[in-house]
Amino acid sequence: MITLVNIILNIGQLKKYFVTRQGIVKAVDGISFFVEEGETFGLVGESGSGKSTVAYTVVGMYRPTEGKIIYRREDISRESKNRSHTMKKEIQIVFQDPGTSLNPTRSIKQILEMPLKVHNISKNHKDRIAKIKELLEMVQLPVDYMYKYPSMIGGGEKQMVAIARALTTNPSLVLLDEPTSALDVSVQAKIINMLIQFQKKFKLSYLFITHDLSLMRNVASRVAIMYLGKICEIASSSDFFKNPLHPYTQMLLSSIPVISDEEEELKPKKIMSTGEIPSPVDVPSGCSFHLRCPKKMDICFCEDPIMVEVSEGHTVRCHLYTK
Amino acid sequence: MNFMPKPLLEIKDLHVWFKVFGGILKVLDGVNFIVWPGEKVGLVGEMGCGKTTTMKAIMRILPIPPAMVPKGEILFKGKDILQMGQTELQQIRRREISMIFQDPTAALNPVFTIGTQLQDAVRFAEKSGRNTEKEDIRTRAIQVLKEVSLPDAERVLQNYSLQLSGGMRQRVCISMALVSTNELLIADEPGTSLDVTIKDQILRLLRELAEKRSTSIILISHALGAVRGMTDRIYVMYAGSMVEVAKTKDLFAHPLHPYSQGLLTATPRLTGGGIGEGIDGHIPEYISPPTGCRFHPRCKQAMPICKDKKPPFFKVGENHEVACFLFQNYR
Repeated sequence: MITLVNIILNIGQLKKYFVTRQGIVKAVDGISFFVEEGETFGLVGESGSGKSTVAYTVVGMYRPTEGKIIYRREDISRESKNRSHTMKKEIQIVFQDPGTSLNPTRSIKQILEMPLKVHNISKNHKDRIAKIKELLEMVQLPVDYMYKYPSMIGGGEKQMVAIARALTTNPSLVLLDEPTSALDVSVQAKIINMLIQFQKKFKLSYLFITHDLSLMRNVASRVAIMYLGKICEIASSSDFFKNPLHPYTQMLLSSIPVISDEEEELKPKKIMSTGEIPSPVDVPSGCSFHLRCPKKMDICFCEDPIMVEVSEGHTVRCHLYTK
Repeated sequence: MNFMPKPLLEIKDLHVWFKVFGGILKVLDGVNFIVWPGEKVGLVGEMGCGKTTTMKAIMRILPIPPAMVPKGEILFKGKDILQMGQTELQQIRRREISMIFQDPTAALNPVFTIGTQLQDAVRFAEKSGRNTEKEDIRTRAIQVLKEVSLPDAERVLQNYSLQLSGGMRQRVCISMALVSTNELLIADEPGTSLDVTIKDQILRLLRELAEKRSTSIILISHALGAVRGMTDRIYVMYAGSMVEVAKTKDLFAHPLHPYSQGLLTATPRLTGGGIGEGIDGHIPEYISPPTGCRFHPRCKQAMPICKDKKPPFFKVGENHEVACFLFQNYR
């Protein structure tokens, strides 16, 4: 069913190590996944699991230590300065905190004008103003916001500007790095609905990063769970929440605070969350989750499990399923 | 409910204003709030709606000036906290009310060890502290650290806060609050800055400890899910006043105020099916807040009366009250 043709982003054995004084931090340690054309692929994990590093490597802020990033058959596993200009247009990113990702000394107009100039999208000043107005209208902000500065507008509105900026170049793949985690639920709902609308309108593919599994359930078509730089489980969203296999996934699901009884029933009950994510400098031997795992066996201490496909499109990396 | 004893904490018509350069920020606009002995109460609302300000007013740790309290009473066991002298106030902070703050990193002093800070708290809590042996204080500190299930308590005492993880820091903060609390524990978003699995552990710990000591808890959160599993009753707050109060079960089953409904529909659910509309607009500016009901500019069901008059609480069921004119002739 899945052919190479409709895969927009294919990541194979991607590794990103950082050298620090304490030792080598394996932020991303050999992960593989693909994003289909037009889908929302969700990447979930606790803080420190390396999910943002994946996004930054894909967009070209870091050079991968090892591994391949294939964008529509083109190998882009290098930094953005070594990528072609058109490629930079194709992949855009929205950061977590709009307070720091927008330059406070520039007006919204200048912020949105920059990508138009860099990529030579609009030829003259008049065209650019028209395009900026169009962008602001698209994200439902008043046109006179053009002359405001980021500090003058609210957090939700700032994130709208950041989204508008990402869409100026008409990209095909947008990386959303926790776009709503700094915002209130009422604002979050508006932004998410807008993102879903844009996805249909412009045929975008999203790589959606978040730690909020209930949000993920509502936006993503496929979900991957990351723990200490490795992927534990990949499945389609509906399968994932009905039949979570990896003990870590079950632990995550059981810790979500929910607001109705129907949701309560979906949560695995037997597993209680324990422990904390260890420091990535000092990754435990064998399966990195064994310190917190309620179902650990002897083999988990010494041998790192490999990905196995349990059912179609549902892969899990755990010794419980390797038989 | 008649046999119920007197409320442990009762806030009546509390107003808190802040004097700033541009004028006066009228943040709290008549807060009414009750906690019964042994009860676990939730307080939810968006950022900047005055949840923390209310709690700081209870502890009397608002910076005065710029803050001022032009009107209102905070009765703790029948005595007004706002009228208390320093000695009485210290007594309350020492033995009866304590607070856990949102960000454990900011709540702990980075230049003193956990041991120094925690033992200070112990010494303060035990009034007879001057005579207490150093060894006793240390034993008590280790004992409370063990109570919050921190492994290796002796080592933690020697650590600085920066050497601990977020979850451990929050546990230390909880243990500090536990040293003194006997009556009321205020937890101001205790899990917000932590990961889901850690948040779950912290909330579970709080619940267990509260049940063991039959302490009353006020749990503040902007996430509805976090308060659902833990509280008996929930207050919903918007822009400086309470808009709805109900038993936790009733509130989630039948939210009545348009704001509570908006919050609930905007929350993403595990069952899927997309996310609701959200609420247009944002929290008003407190320098010139909207007249009447402060929610009316964002309310889809606003009526002419909402602009002119602030709605009082209307009773719509047992323990269920709504501050909205839609329910003035309920039933």
